[in-house]
Amino acid sequence: MSSWIPLWLHKLGSPPTFYRFAGAVRPWAMGLALLAGAIGLYGGLVLAPADYQQGDAYRIIFIHVPSAWMSMFVYAVMGVSGFMALVWRMKLAEVVAMESAPIGAAFTFITLVTGSLWGKPMWGTWWTWDARLTSELVLLFLYLGVIGLYHAFEDRRQGARAASFLAIIGVINVPIVHYSVVWWNTLHQGSTVNVFGHSKMAGDMLWPLLVMTLATKAYYVASLCRRARTDLLALEGGKDWVRRIAEAEVPR
Amino acid sequence: MSALQHFLAMGGYAAYVWPAYAVFFVVLIADSAAPQLRRRRILRELHGRLARQAARARRAPPSSATPTP
Repeated sequence: MSSWIPLWLHKLGSPPTFYRFAGAVRPWAMGLALLAGAIGLYGGLVLAPADYQQGDAYRIIFIHVPSAWMSMFVYAVMGVSGFMALVWRMKLAEVVAMESAPIGAAFTFITLVTGSLWGKPMWGTWWTWDARLTSELVLLFLYLGVIGLYHAFEDRRQGARAASFLAIIGVINVPIVHYSVVWWNTLHQGSTVNVFGHSKMAGDMLWPLLVMTLATKAYYVASLCRRARTDLLALEGGKDWVRRIAEAEVPR
Repeated sequence: MSALQHFLAMGGYAAYVWPAYAVFFVVLIADSAAPQLRRRRILRELHGRLARQAARARRAPPSSATPTP
């Protein structure tokens, strides 16, 4: 690999180093997720006023929108690390790509179900084949396809490379999900929160939403650390460093 | 109506808001539990393999370790 990559990053790519690093990061990320989640939910469910049109039903936004953002963010991470896995054959990139898939699928599933529960009282229907909803459903199928393809191979590293390839092709769906409300006439509303411009949302509704976004990001880091550690133990089962960990921990 | 009842009623939308939050938490808790269970299974298998290796080493010690009379 080229020399512009700093040495510590090289070292982080080695499984035993990453195992320790992820073990150190995980409790902090989980703590941040729980703290931000508690603050965000208190702000969203208790402090924020009811919406003048939607009443209290809009409070689903505090989990629906952060989950939807995560469904796309995790896919982007999976696509980038899948690309690194294919180009540089990094074992850790395969692990990050393949262990991100279940977390992304979980967030996509949450997005679809909470959206459905929000759509029923507001639109009068659980589901409609609108561009935003359909592309998000395709995103769920892409995640499931990546997970399924990964497990279809006897050799796990071969499976990871095949599934990484599918993940990279599926990246095309992420901008489609994002811009679907702009490109097509959808029942789903356009974006209310704008990163670079003015958000069309009152401050006392906006801050819990942003805090919940931080909580879901931190949760992803925590969950990915735990999943990657577990996966590294399975992948490197014959190595000495795993043997030492296994000997140090009493099985339950 | 008490403040808690008012809160739980969610302005008449309780049947939609609370199931949405329940799904959010149930799915994420399941996502957290899955690698934990897998880790236990992997470590159990590793312990079994290490124990078998140790037993095999005891039964047939390597020739260098046994002093020849």
